[in-house]
Parts: sequence; C-alpha cells; structure tokens
Amino acid sequence: MSHKKRFLILIILTIISILLYLFYGLNPASYRFALSRRIPNVLAIITTGSAIAVSTMIFQTITNNRILTPSILGLDSLYLLLQTVVIFLFGSSRFGIIGSEANFILSAALMIIFSILLFKVMFKENQNLLLLLMVGMILGTLFSSISSFLQMIIDPNEFILIQNQMFASFTNVQNSLLRISVMTSLLAFIWSYKELKQLDVLALGREHAINLGIDYGRVVRKLLIVVAILISASTALVGPVTFLGLLVANLAHQLFKDYRHKILIPGAVFLGIISLVAGQFVVERVLGFGTSIGVVINFVGGIYFIYILLKEDRL
Amino acid sequence: MTLGDVLQGNNMQLQILLISRIPRLLSIIITGIGMSISGLIMQQLTRNRFVSPTTAGTINFAQLGMLLAMLFFTDSTLMQRMTVSFICALAGSFLFMVIMRRIKFQNTLFVPLIGMMLGNIVSSVTTFIALQYNLVQNISSWSQGSFTNVLRGNFELVYLGIPFVIIAYFYANKFTIAGMGEDFSKNLGLNYNLIVNIGLIIISLITASIVVTIGNIPFIGLIVPNIVTMWLGDNLKNNLGITAIVGAIFLLVCDIVSHLIIFPFEVTISLTVGIIGSVIFLFLIMRRKSYES
Repeated sequence: MSHKKRFLILIILTIISILLYLFYGLNPASYRFALSRRIPNVLAIITTGSAIAVSTMIFQTITNNRILTPSILGLDSLYLLLQTVVIFLFGSSRFGIIGSEANFILSAALMIIFSILLFKVMFKENQNLLLLLMVGMILGTLFSSISSFLQMIIDPNEFILIQNQMFASFTNVQNSLLRISVMTSLLAFIWSYKELKQLDVLALGREHAINLGIDYGRVVRKLLIVVAILISASTALVGPVTFLGLLVANLAHQLFKDYRHKILIPGAVFLGIISLVAGQFVVERVLGFGTSIGVVINFVGGIYFIYILLKEDRL
Repeated sequence: MTLGDVLQGNNMQLQILLISRIPRLLSIIITGIGMSISGLIMQQLTRNRFVSPTTAGTINFAQLGMLLAMLFFTDSTLMQRMTVSFICALAGSFLFMVIMRRIKFQNTLFVPLIGMMLGNIVSSVTTFIALQYNLVQNISSWSQGSFTNVLRGNFELVYLGIPFVIIAYFYANKFTIAGMGEDFSKNLGLNYNLIVNIGLIIISLITASIVVTIGNIPFIGLIVPNIVTMWLGDNLKNNLGITAIVGAIFLLVCDIVSHLIIFPFEVTISLTVGIIGSVIFLFLIMRRKSYES
C-alpha cells in the first residue's frame, strides 16, 4: 500500500469520526444548542491531538527513542501542582472568580518558563539529553509529592475540583482559550519550521547530525522549547493527556514504516485526532461511560507501552 | 511528656510511650533499614547506581496491588492487602528485570528513566481503577508515607521485613556476583536465576510490607546506598550494615524535621523525604557528570 492510500484512509476516517461526533443523535428541536457545544469540543480535540502528536514525534526523534514522551519533562506534574496550589489557597468558591482565562495564561506561562529555565541550565554546556530528562523527571516527582501532600489535607469537597483538573476533559472548553491555544501552537510550529525539516538528520543520532552540519545544540534546544510550548498550550487547555503521544507516535511508525518526518508527523496528527474523536465518541455516547477520555487514553496508552517494552528486542 | 513523668510512673505518660512513641520509633527504624537495603540489593543486581524501588516502579506496583486488594476483599485485612501487594510488586520487579535485559543501550541514566516511566504508567492504571470506584482521594491519602497513624497493633507487619534483611546479608556476595552478568556468574558456578529471583523476592516483600503499613517514602532506597558507597566503596557485604544504620538515621532525622517545620502540626514524612531526597539525588547525578568530563 502506498503512502497516498494510507493518508487517504486516515483522512476519510478522520472525517467520518468528526461527522459522527458532531451529528450523532441530533434532533431538529435542539440541534442549534447541541452543535454550539460540540463544535468547540471537536476543535479542542483537534488542537490537542495535533499538538501532542507533533510534540511527541519531535521529542522521540531528538531523544532517539520510541518509548519516551514529553511528559517526563515534568510538565504534567507542574500543571497539577499549580492547579492544586490555586485551589488550596483560594478555595473552590474563589477558584471560579479567578477565571479560567487567567488560570490558563498563568499555567501555560509558568510551564513554558519552567521548561526554558530547565533547558538553559541543563543543556547549555554539556549537551547531555538524558541528564536533562532525568532532572526533569526528578523535579516532576518532587512536584507530585508536594501536590499529593496538599491533596491529602484539602477538604474532600474541594478535592473533587482538583480531581477534575487531574484528567483531560474536552467538554466545557471555552472559545477564547481555544483561540489562544490554537494561535500559540501554530506560531510555535511556524517559528520552528526550518528546524523541523532537520529532524530527519537528527534522527541519525547526535554525532552523525553534527557531522552533516547541523548546529546540534541550538537546533535541539529550539525544538525542545517548541515541544514545551505545544505541551503547555494543550495541557492548560484540556488537562494532562500523558500517554496519547506515545500511542500515536508509535502507531505512525508502525503504519508508515518510513523515516521521513514530513510523512510521519502528519500521519501521527491524523492518528491523534482519530483516536481522540472516535475514543470520545465511543466512551461518551456508545458506552455511556462517566469518565473522561483522558483517563481511558492513559490506561490504553499505558498498556500499549508495556506491550512495546515486551515486544521489541532492542530498546 | 518528660522523662521525669515516665520514671515517676505517671501511667498516662507511660501509655503514650508504649502505645504511640515506641511503635513509631520502631517502624521508622525498620522502614529506613528495609528501604535502603532493598535499594542496595537492587543496585547490585542491576549494576546501576540509580535504580531503586522508587525508580524501578516497584512501589507503584505495590500500590496497585493494595488498591486491588481493597476492591476484591471488602474489609480486607492487612495481611490480605500485603499478599496482593507483594504479588504485584514481584510481578513488577520481574517485568523491570526483563526490560532491563532487553535494553542494549545500557546508559546508567536511561535505565531509571524507563523504570520511572513504567512507574508512572502503573500509577495511571491505579488512578483509572480508583476513579471508577471514587477512591482517588483515598489513594492519595494512603499512598503518602506517614508515621502519624502508627499505633501499637497496626504496624507490626513491617517486622516481616526483618528476616528478609537478614537473609539478604547471607546472600550479599552472591548478589554482587549476579550483578556482573549471567555468563560471568555461571562461570563462577552460581545459579544466576535463583539468586536474582531471591533478590527480587526480598525487595518486593520489603517494599510491599512498607507500602501497606506506612505508605510510599520515595528516594531512600536510592540516596542512602549511594551516600554510603561514596563514603566507603563498593563492597556489598561490608556496606549492608552501615547502609541499614544510615537509612534508619536518615529517616529518623527526616521524621524529626517534619515534626518541627510547622509545629505543633506535622508535615507528612514522604514530603520531607521527597524534598530532601530529590535535592540529594539531583546533586548525585550532577556530581557524576563532573566526574565524566
């Protein structure tokens, strides 16, 4: 099967799942209201799905590894810590007053600043990526131990609010936030367009990339910042979707069996959108499950991760 | 409570000492010893300084087991929780060893990275299950390590770790040899699989008994053995005793610190250890970097 055919199938699947999500079970009486709710949801899903697919693809190429996701930079834990601290300090009543816009900008900005600082400190002199990842991960563990301490002593009623923030949810996305998030992600993508083309070379490994004339340190740092921006924009919008990227990036590799990123990245984006929209549809309408798709994706992605670990001979 | 009160036979004070203070002291000592010894064994078996129950996901598996026990046996006894938790921890350690052997790219930092990913994934499975039964806050309360609830009668399960620490002492040299690889240990006439399995069973049992009674205390198994090794070198048999003592002292100091920070309240010990531990761990990996260059 050629790449064209594969893309055609993916595009058709994407359209079918989006149409199903939008129009399933509409009745003439309330279609206006239902659509006004569903369209932003679908847009949010498309934004997050693409942002996560692109960032994971970049991240896995930079780290030369197919079993890592950007979540090990500790951004998810930082987001959760921020939400917990805000709810802990201001309480649920005033949490509403702060406004989701301020909350969105605050969390996204702090996550981006955190990662830029981390890259600046850790990646400047010695370009040891693993060390950077390890430090990110340890800081992530530190953040989550602080937030679980706060979660333990917080009032159970307010905890419900934190629990809502713990998992990605694509319902109740606000239009204004969606716009900011889409803009940021697009800008980050355009800003790094030149570096994205160099990903094929970076995939050969650090030494080869340097030999072939890539300014390794600069390119990798810039791409890492792009990854951080994409992850922050989508996490602040819908909440942490930790293992989706792992799932779609690996599926894209399996499906296309290609090394070129101009094929892999769009493939992963379509797979991300399909799995989120179709997943949301099945979970919400067919199964009537109360839980959000984010939790299910983490569960499925986690099991898939263990499957890859056991299946691959070389990691 | 003063020493004078106790010596004068003040019954109330004596009760506090016997029911709360002494059990707490004992459980802190045993936890400190158990966690640091299991970390040390794990590091010997994998030949990697940065592997420990925290960075290999063993703790997360034990927590998953505890949740499963709570769901399957309503009103589960500590012993039932302990058993299920042990089985899960053991399965987790085996999985980790299988993965370890497949990693061709044996970078010292890569292995714990994979282990922590594995741990995160297992926690997300735990959260997924907990969410279905509305147990999320329940989990975050018992998964926080804390000695505040230790009273006579509810902590004795941690004693289970003691015989295994002693067994570990007798197997110390064999663990070191097994860490040098399968072929090498077979050459020296050692049953490699048996030794590795014994090591994993010891680690899983100690971890499960602590997770069930006390909760998760991160990083001890990682930093205590590393500090002792930095100080005294790499002989497992000599280091076991000192690691145990340093582990107990470290945890005691952390417990006192958590008492004092916001006196008269107290911070959970897993928070104190988490902060102190991650700072020390960051220092350790940075230090390794400066050695390399």
